[in-house]
Amino acid sequence: MLRRVLPALGLLLLALGAWWWVASWDSVDDLLLASPSETWQALRDDRELLLDNTWVTLVEVLLGLAIAIAAAFLLAVAMHLVRPLRDAAYPLLVASQAVPIFVLAPIFVLAFDYGIGPKLALVALISFFPIAVALVDGLRSVDEDLLKLMRSLGASRPFRLVRVELPAALPSFFSGLRIGASVAVIGAVFGELAGADEGLGRLIFLGNNQLETPRVYAGVVILTVMAVGLFALVSLLERAAVPWRTKT
Amino acid sequence: MPAKGVSLQTTLAKETATAVELRGATRSFGPLEALAAVDLALAEGEIVAIVGPSGCGKSTLLELVAGLQEPDDGSVRAPASSYMPQKDLLLPWRDALGNAALALEAGGTPRREARRRAAPLFERFGLAGFERTPPWELSGGMRQRVAFLRTLLPGRPLLLLDEPFAALDSLTRAEMQSWLAEALDAEPRTTLLVTHDVEEALYLGDRVAVMSPRPGRVVAELEVPHPRARPRREAVTDPAFVGLKEQALEALGC
Repeated sequence: MLRRVLPALGLLLLALGAWWWVASWDSVDDLLLASPSETWQALRDDRELLLDNTWVTLVEVLLGLAIAIAAAFLLAVAMHLVRPLRDAAYPLLVASQAVPIFVLAPIFVLAFDYGIGPKLALVALISFFPIAVALVDGLRSVDEDLLKLMRSLGASRPFRLVRVELPAALPSFFSGLRIGASVAVIGAVFGELAGADEGLGRLIFLGNNQLETPRVYAGVVILTVMAVGLFALVSLLERAAVPWRTKT
Repeated sequence: MPAKGVSLQTTLAKETATAVELRGATRSFGPLEALAAVDLALAEGEIVAIVGPSGCGKSTLLELVAGLQEPDDGSVRAPASSYMPQKDLLLPWRDALGNAALALEAGGTPRREARRRAAPLFERFGLAGFERTPPWELSGGMRQRVAFLRTLLPGRPLLLLDEPFAALDSLTRAEMQSWLAEALDAEPRTTLLVTHDVEEALYLGDRVAVMSPRPGRVVAELEVPHPRARPRREAVTDPAFVGLKEQALEALGC
Protein backbone atom coordinates (compact mmCIF):
# COMPACT_ATOMS: atom_id res chain seq x y z
CA MET A 1 0.00 0.00 0.00
CA LEU A 2 2.68 2.47 1.10
CA ARG A 3 4.75 1.57 -1.93
CA ARG A 4 1.87 2.59 -4.18
CA VAL A 5 1.01 5.75 -2.28
CA LEU A 6 4.56 7.09 -2.03
CA PRO A 7 5.09 7.92 -5.74
CA ALA A 8 1.77 9.80 -5.86
CA LEU A 9 2.69 11.67 -2.71
CA GLY A 10 6.11 12.50 -4.10
CA LEU A 11 4.66 13.91 -7.31
CA LEU A 12 2.13 15.93 -5.32
CA LEU A 13 4.91 17.47 -3.22
CA LEU A 14 6.86 18.21 -6.37
CA ALA A 15 3.85 20.00 -7.89
CA LEU A 16 3.33 21.94 -4.65
CA GLY A 17 6.98 22.95 -4.70
CA ALA A 18 6.70 24.16 -8.28
CA TRP A 19 3.55 26.12 -7.39
CA TRP A 20 5.34 27.71 -4.46
CA TRP A 21 8.32 28.63 -6.58
CA VAL A 22 6.32 30.19 -9.41
CA ALA A 23 4.15 32.10 -6.93
CA SER A 24 7.27 33.60 -5.34
CA TRP A 25 8.39 35.27 -8.59
CA ASP A 26 8.11 39.02 -8.45
CA SER A 27 6.83 39.14 -11.99
CA VAL A 28 3.75 37.11 -11.08
CA ASP A 29 0.82 39.22 -9.96
CA ASP A 30 -0.63 38.15 -6.61
CA LEU A 31 -4.07 38.55 -8.12
CA LEU A 32 -3.28 35.90 -10.69
CA LEU A 33 -1.65 33.34 -8.52
CA ALA A 34 -1.99 32.77 -4.80
CA SER A 35 0.83 30.89 -3.16
CA PRO A 36 0.20 27.56 -1.41
CA SER A 37 0.58 29.26 1.97
CA GLU A 38 -1.97 31.95 1.06
CA THR A 39 -4.32 29.25 -0.16
CA TRP A 40 -3.85 27.33 3.05
CA GLN A 41 -4.56 30.50 4.97
CA ALA A 42 -7.78 30.97 3.00
CA LEU A 43 -8.76 27.35 3.64
CA ARG A 44 -8.43 27.98 7.35
CA ASP A 45 -9.91 31.48 7.60
CA ASP A 46 -12.90 30.80 5.35
CA ARG A 47 -13.42 27.33 6.74
CA GLU A 48 -17.11 27.61 7.42
CA LEU A 49 -17.93 29.42 4.22
CA LEU A 50 -16.03 26.82 2.20
CA LEU A 51 -17.53 23.91 4.11
CA ASP A 52 -21.10 25.10 3.57
CA ASN A 53 -20.52 25.58 -0.13
CA THR A 54 -18.63 22.30 -0.47
CA TRP A 55 -21.63 20.53 0.97
CA VAL A 56 -23.92 22.17 -1.59
CA THR A 57 -21.69 21.13 -4.48
CA LEU A 58 -21.16 17.64 -3.11
CA VAL A 59 -24.91 17.08 -2.91
CA GLU A 60 -25.31 18.28 -6.51
CA VAL A 61 -22.53 15.93 -7.62
CA LEU A 62 -23.84 12.87 -5.79
CA LEU A 63 -27.48 13.36 -6.80
CA GLY A 64 -26.47 14.13 -10.38
CA LEU A 65 -24.34 11.01 -10.46
CA ALA A 66 -27.24 8.94 -9.14
CA ILE A 67 -29.42 10.27 -11.96
CA ALA A 68 -26.67 9.56 -14.49
CA ILE A 69 -26.28 5.99 -13.23
CA ALA A 70 -30.01 5.32 -13.35
CA ALA A 71 -30.38 6.81 -16.84
CA ALA A 72 -27.26 5.05 -18.14
CA PHE A 73 -28.48 1.74 -16.73
CA LEU A 74 -31.91 2.02 -18.33
CA LEU A 75 -30.57 3.13 -21.69
CA ALA A 76 -27.75 0.58 -21.76
CA VAL A 77 -30.06 -2.32 -20.96
CA ALA A 78 -32.59 -1.15 -23.54
CA MET A 79 -29.83 -0.75 -26.13
CA HIS A 80 -28.50 -4.17 -25.24
CA LEU A 81 -31.86 -5.89 -25.57
CA VAL A 82 -33.03 -4.12 -28.72
CA ARG A 83 -30.43 -4.25 -31.44
CA PRO A 84 -31.96 -1.55 -33.68
CA LEU A 85 -32.12 0.76 -30.68
CA ARG A 86 -28.42 0.23 -30.10
CA ASP A 87 -27.55 1.11 -33.66
CA ALA A 88 -29.85 4.13 -33.53
CA ALA A 89 -28.89 5.45 -30.10
CA TYR A 90 -25.13 5.04 -30.17
CA PRO A 91 -24.46 8.08 -32.41
CA LEU A 92 -26.82 10.17 -30.27
CA LEU A 93 -24.99 9.03 -27.17
CA VAL A 94 -21.74 10.29 -28.63
CA ALA A 95 -23.44 13.50 -29.74
CA SER A 96 -24.66 14.14 -26.19
CA GLN A 97 -21.04 14.26 -25.15
CA ALA A 98 -20.00 16.60 -27.96
CA VAL A 99 -22.42 19.37 -26.94
CA PRO A 100 -20.32 21.90 -25.00
CA ILE A 101 -21.54 21.97 -21.43
CA PHE A 102 -20.30 25.53 -21.24
CA VAL A 103 -22.98 26.54 -23.72
CA LEU A 104 -25.70 24.40 -22.21
CA ALA A 105 -25.27 25.62 -18.64
CA PRO A 106 -26.86 29.08 -19.08
CA ILE A 107 -29.66 27.57 -21.16
CA PHE A 108 -30.41 25.01 -18.48
CA VAL A 109 -30.43 27.73 -15.83
CA LEU A 110 -32.85 29.74 -17.97
CA ALA A 111 -35.03 26.72 -18.62
CA PHE A 112 -35.19 25.62 -15.01
CA ASP A 113 -34.31 28.15 -12.36
CA TYR A 114 -31.56 29.12 -9.97
CA GLY A 115 -32.10 26.02 -7.86
CA ILE A 116 -30.51 22.60 -7.87
CA GLY A 117 -32.34 21.44 -11.06
CA PRO A 118 -29.94 22.70 -13.74
CA LYS A 119 -26.91 21.58 -11.71
CA LEU A 120 -28.23 18.04 -11.48
CA ALA A 121 -29.02 18.07 -15.18
CA LEU A 122 -25.50 19.17 -16.05
CA VAL A 123 -23.79 16.71 -13.71
CA ALA A 124 -25.97 13.92 -15.06
CA LEU A 125 -25.32 14.92 -18.66
CA ILE A 126 -21.56 15.06 -18.31
CA SER A 127 -21.16 11.81 -16.38
CA PHE A 128 -23.87 9.89 -18.20
CA PHE A 129 -21.82 9.24 -21.33
CA PRO A 130 -18.83 7.34 -19.90
CA ILE A 131 -21.12 5.23 -17.69
CA ALA A 132 -23.57 4.37 -20.47
CA VAL A 133 -20.88 3.50 -23.01
CA ALA A 134 -19.02 1.34 -20.51
CA LEU A 135 -22.22 -0.48 -19.58
CA VAL A 136 -23.23 -1.11 -23.19
CA ASP A 137 -19.79 -2.50 -23.96
CA GLY A 138 -19.74 -4.52 -20.74
CA LEU A 139 -23.09 -6.14 -21.49
CA ARG A 140 -21.76 -7.16 -24.89
CA SER A 141 -18.48 -8.47 -23.52
CA VAL A 142 -19.91 -11.75 -22.24
CA ASP A 143 -18.12 -14.81 -23.60
CA GLU A 144 -19.97 -16.10 -26.67
CA ASP A 145 -19.56 -19.69 -25.43
CA LEU A 146 -21.10 -18.79 -22.09
CA LEU A 147 -24.19 -17.45 -23.83
CA LYS A 148 -24.35 -20.59 -25.92
CA LEU A 149 -24.15 -22.65 -22.75
CA MET A 150 -26.94 -20.62 -21.18
CA ARG A 151 -29.14 -21.13 -24.24
CA SER A 152 -28.46 -24.87 -24.17
CA LEU A 153 -29.54 -24.88 -20.53
CA GLY A 154 -32.81 -23.29 -21.55
CA ALA A 155 -32.13 -20.01 -19.74
CA SER A 156 -34.70 -17.32 -20.47
CA ARG A 157 -33.71 -13.87 -21.74
CA PRO A 158 -34.36 -12.20 -18.36
CA PHE A 159 -32.32 -14.91 -16.62
CA ARG A 160 -29.39 -14.39 -18.96
CA LEU A 161 -29.58 -10.63 -18.46
CA VAL A 162 -29.87 -10.63 -14.68
CA ARG A 163 -27.74 -13.63 -13.76
CA VAL A 164 -25.07 -13.49 -16.43
CA GLU A 165 -24.81 -10.32 -18.48
CA LEU A 166 -25.33 -7.69 -15.79
CA PRO A 167 -22.86 -9.22 -13.31
CA ALA A 168 -20.40 -9.69 -16.16
CA ALA A 169 -20.77 -6.01 -17.05
CA LEU A 170 -19.92 -4.86 -13.50
CA PRO A 171 -16.17 -4.36 -14.11
CA SER A 172 -16.89 -2.22 -17.20
CA PHE A 173 -19.57 -0.32 -15.30
CA PHE A 174 -17.10 0.61 -12.59
CA SER A 175 -14.52 1.74 -15.14
CA GLY A 176 -17.16 4.05 -16.61
CA LEU A 177 -18.31 5.20 -13.18
CA ARG A 178 -14.75 6.12 -12.18
CA ILE A 179 -14.53 8.47 -15.16
CA GLY A 180 -18.09 9.70 -14.69
CA ALA A 181 -17.50 10.47 -11.01
CA SER A 182 -14.35 12.47 -11.68
CA VAL A 183 -15.95 14.63 -14.38
CA ALA A 184 -19.20 15.08 -12.43
CA VAL A 185 -17.57 17.87 -10.44
CA ILE A 186 -17.06 19.86 -13.66
CA GLY A 187 -20.77 19.68 -14.41
CA ALA A 188 -21.70 21.03 -10.99
CA VAL A 189 -19.25 23.93 -11.26
CA PHE A 190 -20.50 24.95 -14.70
CA GLY A 191 -24.04 24.84 -13.42
CA GLU A 192 -23.14 27.10 -10.52
CA LEU A 193 -21.15 29.50 -12.68
CA ALA A 194 -24.14 30.00 -14.93
CA GLY A 195 -26.28 31.06 -12.03
CA ALA A 196 -26.52 30.01 -8.41
CA ASP A 197 -26.76 31.38 -4.89
CA GLU A 198 -24.33 28.92 -3.39
CA GLY A 199 -21.81 26.20 -4.13
CA LEU A 200 -18.07 26.09 -4.73
CA GLY A 201 -18.44 27.18 -8.35
CA ARG A 202 -20.40 30.21 -7.23
CA LEU A 203 -17.82 30.93 -4.53
CA ILE A 204 -14.98 30.78 -7.06
CA PHE A 205 -16.87 33.07 -9.41
CA LEU A 206 -17.47 35.63 -6.65
CA GLY A 207 -13.91 35.30 -5.40
CA ASN A 208 -12.69 36.17 -8.87
CA ASN A 209 -14.83 39.27 -9.04
CA GLN A 210 -13.90 40.38 -5.53
CA LEU A 211 -10.18 39.80 -6.20
CA GLU A 212 -10.07 37.21 -3.39
CA THR A 213 -7.53 35.12 -5.24
CA PRO A 214 -6.53 32.86 -2.31
CA ARG A 215 -10.17 31.94 -1.78
CA VAL A 216 -10.49 31.05 -5.48
CA TYR A 217 -7.53 28.72 -5.16
CA ALA A 218 -8.91 27.24 -1.96
CA GLY A 219 -12.12 26.43 -3.81
CA VAL A 220 -10.21 24.81 -6.65
CA VAL A 221 -8.21 22.71 -4.20
CA ILE A 222 -11.42 21.46 -2.59
CA LEU A 223 -12.92 20.62 -5.98
CA THR A 224 -9.81 18.63 -6.87
CA VAL A 225 -9.89 16.76 -3.58
CA MET A 226 -13.57 16.04 -4.16
CA ALA A 227 -12.89 14.54 -7.61
CA VAL A 228 -10.01 12.42 -6.32
CA GLY A 229 -12.12 11.35 -3.34
CA LEU A 230 -14.99 10.27 -5.59
CA PHE A 231 -12.57 8.34 -7.78
CA ALA A 232 -11.16 6.56 -4.73
CA LEU A 233 -14.64 5.85 -3.39
CA VAL A 234 -15.68 4.23 -6.65
CA SER A 235 -12.49 2.15 -6.63
CA LEU A 236 -13.31 0.96 -3.11
CA LEU A 237 -16.86 0.08 -4.11
CA GLU A 238 -15.51 -1.78 -7.10
CA ARG A 239 -13.21 -3.87 -4.93
CA ALA A 240 -16.14 -4.86 -2.77
CA ALA A 241 -18.50 -5.55 -5.67
CA VAL A 242 -16.09 -7.16 -8.13
CA PRO A 243 -13.62 -9.15 -6.05
CA TRP A 244 -12.83 -11.38 -9.01
CA ARG A 245 -11.49 -8.58 -11.16
CA THR A 246 -7.97 -8.81 -9.80
CA LYS A 247 -8.13 -12.57 -9.40
CA THR A 248 -8.95 -13.77 -12.87
CA MET B 1 -33.47 -24.19 -26.72
CA PRO B 2 -32.29 -27.74 -27.31
CA ALA B 3 -34.39 -30.00 -29.48
CA LYS B 4 -36.30 -31.06 -26.43
CA GLY B 5 -39.63 -32.04 -27.90
CA VAL B 6 -38.23 -33.36 -31.15
CA SER B 7 -37.95 -36.96 -30.13
CA LEU B 8 -37.72 -37.43 -26.40
CA GLN B 9 -36.84 -41.04 -25.77
CA THR B 10 -39.23 -42.91 -23.58
CA THR B 11 -37.85 -44.56 -20.53
CA LEU B 12 -39.53 -47.73 -21.69
CA ALA B 13 -37.09 -48.07 -24.56
CA LYS B 14 -35.03 -51.23 -24.58
CA GLU B 15 -31.37 -51.24 -23.74
CA THR B 16 -30.41 -51.29 -27.35
CA ALA B 17 -32.69 -48.42 -28.33
CA THR B 18 -31.05 -45.72 -30.37
CA ALA B 19 -30.77 -42.52 -28.38
CA VAL B 20 -29.07 -40.31 -30.94
CA GLU B 21 -29.04 -40.66 -34.67
CA LEU B 22 -27.39 -38.54 -37.33
CA ARG B 23 -28.06 -39.39 -40.94
CA GLY B 24 -26.11 -37.65 -43.64
CA ALA B 25 -25.91 -34.56 -41.45
CA THR B 26 -24.25 -31.75 -43.38
CA ARG B 27 -23.35 -28.28 -42.24
CA SER B 28 -21.57 -25.47 -44.05
CA PHE B 29 -20.67 -21.94 -43.06
CA GLY B 30 -20.68 -19.99 -46.29
CA PRO B 31 -18.09 -21.59 -48.55
CA LEU B 32 -16.64 -23.53 -45.63
CA GLU B 33 -17.94 -27.07 -45.45
CA ALA B 34 -17.65 -28.07 -41.78
CA LEU B 35 -19.45 -31.40 -41.82
CA ALA B 36 -19.98 -33.63 -44.85
CA ALA B 37 -22.72 -36.21 -44.48
CA VAL B 38 -22.03 -37.54 -40.99
CA ASP B 39 -23.67 -40.81 -40.02
CA LEU B 40 -23.54 -41.66 -36.36
CA ALA B 41 -25.77 -43.45 -33.88
CA LEU B 42 -25.59 -43.78 -30.13
CA ALA B 43 -27.40 -46.50 -28.23
CA GLU B 44 -29.03 -45.52 -24.99
CA GLY B 45 -26.47 -45.40 -22.18
CA GLU B 46 -23.57 -45.64 -24.59
CA ILE B 47 -20.48 -43.45 -24.36
CA VAL B 48 -19.19 -42.54 -27.80
CA ALA B 49 -15.99 -40.61 -28.17
CA ILE B 50 -15.36 -38.62 -31.32
CA VAL B 51 -11.74 -38.04 -32.11
CA GLY B 52 -10.42 -35.98 -34.96
CA PRO B 53 -7.91 -33.33 -35.96
CA SER B 54 -8.43 -29.66 -35.13
CA GLY B 55 -11.07 -28.03 -37.28
CA CYS B 56 -12.75 -31.26 -38.37
CA GLY B 57 -16.12 -29.95 -37.32
CA LYS B 58 -16.34 -31.80 -34.00
CA SER B 59 -17.78 -28.84 -32.18
CA THR B 60 -20.25 -28.23 -35.01
CA LEU B 61 -21.33 -31.84 -34.68
CA LEU B 62 -22.00 -31.37 -30.97
CA GLU B 63 -23.94 -28.19 -31.59
CA LEU B 64 -26.12 -30.01 -34.09
CA VAL B 65 -26.87 -32.71 -31.55
CA ALA B 66 -27.47 -30.06 -28.87
CA GLY B 67 -29.96 -28.35 -31.15
CA LEU B 68 -27.94 -25.13 -31.10
CA GLN B 69 -27.65 -25.41 -34.89
CA GLU B 70 -29.70 -27.02 -37.63
CA PRO B 71 -28.14 -29.23 -40.30
CA ASP B 72 -28.21 -27.91 -43.87
CA ASP B 73 -29.00 -31.38 -45.08
CA GLY B 74 -29.69 -34.79 -43.54
CA SER B 75 -31.28 -35.36 -40.18
CA VAL B 76 -30.34 -35.17 -36.52
CA ARG B 77 -32.42 -36.89 -33.90
CA ALA B 78 -31.46 -36.44 -30.26
CA PRO B 79 -33.10 -36.15 -26.86
CA ALA B 80 -32.71 -33.14 -24.57
CA SER B 81 -29.06 -32.71 -23.75
CA SER B 82 -26.76 -30.70 -21.60
CA TYR B 83 -23.54 -29.42 -22.91
CA MET B 84 -20.10 -29.03 -21.32
CA PRO B 85 -17.76 -26.73 -23.21
CA GLN B 86 -13.97 -26.82 -23.27
CA LYS B 87 -13.70 -23.74 -21.09
CA ASP B 88 -15.26 -24.26 -17.67
CA LEU B 89 -17.12 -20.92 -18.02
CA LEU B 90 -17.72 -20.74 -14.29
CA LEU B 91 -19.20 -17.44 -13.18
CA PRO B 92 -16.73 -15.64 -10.90
CA TRP B 93 -19.50 -13.99 -8.89
CA ARG B 94 -20.91 -17.34 -7.80
CA ASP B 95 -19.30 -19.84 -5.48
CA ALA B 96 -18.67 -23.41 -6.64
CA LEU B 97 -22.03 -24.71 -5.46
CA GLY B 98 -23.82 -21.75 -7.03
CA ASN B 99 -22.12 -22.50 -10.33
CA ALA B 100 -23.13 -26.14 -10.27
CA ALA B 101 -26.67 -25.08 -9.39
CA LEU B 102 -26.80 -22.59 -12.26
CA ALA B 103 -28.07 -25.15 -14.75
CA LEU B 104 -31.03 -25.96 -12.52
CA GLU B 105 -31.76 -22.28 -11.92
CA ALA B 106 -31.66 -21.62 -15.65
CA GLY B 107 -34.39 -24.24 -15.96
CA GLY B 108 -36.55 -22.42 -13.45
CA THR B 109 -35.62 -24.05 -10.14
CA PRO B 110 -35.45 -21.47 -7.33
CA ARG B 111 -31.95 -20.64 -6.16
CA ARG B 112 -32.14 -22.20 -2.70
CA GLU B 113 -33.70 -25.40 -3.99
CA ALA B 114 -31.10 -25.64 -6.78
CA ARG B 115 -28.27 -25.32 -4.27
CA ARG B 116 -29.87 -27.91 -2.02
CA ARG B 117 -30.05 -30.39 -4.88
CA ALA B 118 -26.47 -29.71 -6.01
CA ALA B 119 -24.97 -30.21 -2.55
CA PRO B 120 -25.08 -34.04 -2.37
CA LEU B 121 -23.18 -34.27 -5.67
CA PHE B 122 -20.35 -32.28 -4.14
CA GLU B 123 -20.09 -34.95 -1.47
CA ARG B 124 -20.13 -37.76 -3.99
CA PHE B 125 -17.72 -36.34 -6.53
CA GLY B 126 -14.79 -35.18 -4.45
CA LEU B 127 -15.77 -31.55 -4.00
CA ALA B 128 -16.95 -31.65 -0.39
CA GLY B 129 -15.75 -28.60 1.51
CA PHE B 130 -15.42 -26.47 -1.64
CA GLU B 131 -19.09 -25.47 -1.87
CA ARG B 132 -18.49 -21.85 -0.93
CA THR B 133 -15.13 -21.47 -2.67
CA PRO B 134 -15.09 -18.92 -5.48
CA PRO B 135 -13.99 -20.33 -8.85
CA TRP B 136 -10.72 -18.42 -8.96
CA GLU B 137 -9.53 -20.26 -5.87
CA LEU B 138 -10.19 -23.69 -7.42
CA SER B 139 -7.58 -25.63 -9.37
CA GLY B 140 -8.17 -26.31 -13.05
CA GLY B 141 -9.27 -29.88 -12.34
CA MET B 142 -11.67 -28.75 -9.63
CA ARG B 143 -13.18 -26.18 -11.94
CA GLN B 144 -13.85 -28.84 -14.56
CA ARG B 145 -15.49 -31.02 -11.91
CA VAL B 146 -17.83 -28.19 -11.00
CA ALA B 147 -18.52 -27.60 -14.70
CA PHE B 148 -19.30 -31.30 -15.12
CA LEU B 149 -21.71 -31.30 -12.17
CA ARG B 150 -23.40 -28.26 -13.69
CA THR B 151 -23.83 -30.35 -16.84
CA LEU B 152 -25.09 -33.38 -14.93
CA LEU B 153 -27.58 -31.64 -12.65
CA PRO B 154 -30.42 -30.83 -15.04
CA GLY B 155 -30.86 -34.58 -15.41
CA ARG B 156 -31.09 -34.56 -19.17
CA PRO B 157 -30.71 -37.96 -20.83
CA LEU B 158 -27.79 -36.95 -23.05
CA LEU B 159 -24.43 -35.42 -22.10
CA LEU B 160 -22.34 -33.58 -24.68
CA LEU B 161 -18.75 -33.04 -23.62
CA ASP B 162 -16.72 -30.79 -25.89
CA GLU B 163 -13.01 -31.40 -25.24
CA PRO B 164 -13.66 -30.98 -21.53
CA PHE B 165 -10.06 -31.45 -20.43
CA ALA B 166 -8.18 -29.86 -23.33
CA ALA B 167 -7.18 -26.85 -21.28
CA LEU B 168 -5.64 -28.91 -18.45
CA ASP B 169 -2.04 -30.02 -18.03
CA SER B 170 -1.46 -33.67 -18.85
CA LEU B 171 -1.25 -34.96 -15.25
CA THR B 172 -4.43 -33.21 -14.23
CA ARG B 173 -6.06 -34.40 -17.43
CA ALA B 174 -5.20 -38.04 -16.63
CA GLU B 175 -6.61 -37.59 -13.15
CA MET B 176 -9.76 -36.01 -14.52
CA GLN B 177 -10.24 -38.82 -17.03
CA SER B 178 -10.27 -41.37 -14.21
CA TRP B 179 -12.62 -39.14 -12.26
CA LEU B 180 -14.99 -38.78 -15.22
CA ALA B 181 -14.94 -42.53 -15.88
CA GLU B 182 -16.03 -43.13 -12.28
CA ALA B 183 -18.57 -40.33 -12.37
CA LEU B 184 -20.19 -41.72 -15.52
CA ASP B 185 -20.14 -45.16 -13.95
CA ALA B 186 -22.01 -43.80 -10.94
CA GLU B 187 -24.38 -41.61 -12.99
CA PRO B 188 -24.74 -43.44 -16.30
CA ARG B 189 -25.87 -41.30 -19.22
CA THR B 190 -25.75 -41.47 -22.95
CA THR B 191 -22.64 -39.45 -23.62
CA LEU B 192 -21.06 -37.95 -26.68
CA LEU B 193 -17.49 -36.92 -25.94
CA VAL B 194 -15.46 -34.89 -28.39
CA THR B 195 -11.70 -34.93 -27.97
CA HIS B 196 -8.48 -34.67 -29.93
CA ASP B 197 -6.77 -37.06 -27.53
CA VAL B 198 -6.90 -40.66 -28.83
CA GLU B 199 -6.02 -42.12 -25.45
CA GLU B 200 -8.79 -40.16 -23.75
CA ALA B 201 -11.25 -41.33 -26.39
CA LEU B 202 -10.32 -44.99 -25.98
CA TYR B 203 -10.19 -44.85 -22.20
CA LEU B 204 -13.58 -43.17 -21.75
CA GLY B 205 -15.56 -44.40 -24.75
CA ASP B 206 -17.43 -47.62 -25.36
CA ARG B 207 -16.91 -46.79 -28.99
CA VAL B 208 -14.66 -44.35 -30.79
CA ALA B 209 -15.62 -42.59 -34.00
CA VAL B 210 -12.69 -41.21 -35.94
CA MET B 211 -13.32 -38.11 -38.03
CA SER B 212 -11.48 -36.87 -41.09
CA PRO B 213 -10.11 -33.34 -41.53
CA ARG B 214 -12.54 -30.79 -42.92
CA PRO B 215 -15.04 -31.42 -44.30
CA GLY B 216 -15.53 -33.74 -41.36
CA ARG B 217 -17.01 -37.19 -41.75
CA VAL B 218 -16.77 -40.37 -39.73
CA VAL B 219 -14.04 -42.43 -41.36
CA ALA B 220 -13.71 -45.25 -38.82
CA GLU B 221 -15.54 -46.64 -35.82
CA LEU B 222 -13.74 -48.69 -33.20
CA GLU B 223 -15.46 -50.80 -30.58
CA VAL B 224 -13.66 -50.64 -27.26
CA PRO B 225 -14.07 -54.01 -25.55
CA HIS B 226 -12.54 -53.17 -22.17
CA PRO B 227 -14.77 -52.57 -19.16
CA ARG B 228 -15.54 -49.04 -18.03
CA ALA B 229 -13.98 -47.20 -15.12
CA ARG B 230 -11.01 -49.43 -14.65
CA PRO B 231 -7.76 -47.92 -13.39
CA ARG B 232 -6.41 -45.66 -16.10
CA ARG B 233 -2.81 -46.85 -15.98
CA GLU B 234 -3.88 -50.44 -16.25
CA ALA B 235 -6.18 -49.58 -19.15
CA VAL B 236 -3.81 -47.56 -21.27
CA THR B 237 -0.92 -50.01 -21.00
CA ASP B 238 -3.06 -53.02 -21.93
CA PRO B 239 -1.78 -54.49 -25.27
CA ALA B 240 -5.33 -54.57 -26.65
CA PHE B 241 -5.67 -50.88 -25.81
CA VAL B 242 -2.36 -50.11 -27.49
CA GLY B 243 -3.51 -52.03 -30.56
CA LEU B 244 -6.71 -49.97 -30.74
CA LYS B 245 -4.70 -46.81 -30.33
CA GLU B 246 -2.59 -47.81 -33.34
CA GLN B 247 -5.72 -48.39 -35.38
CA ALA B 248 -7.17 -45.04 -34.37
CA LEU B 249 -3.96 -43.18 -35.13
CA GLU B 250 -3.81 -44.88 -38.50
CA ALA B 251 -7.37 -43.86 -39.28
CA LEU B 252 -6.42 -40.31 -38.29
CA GLY B 253 -3.49 -40.49 -40.66
CA CYS B 254 -0.93 -39.84 -37.95
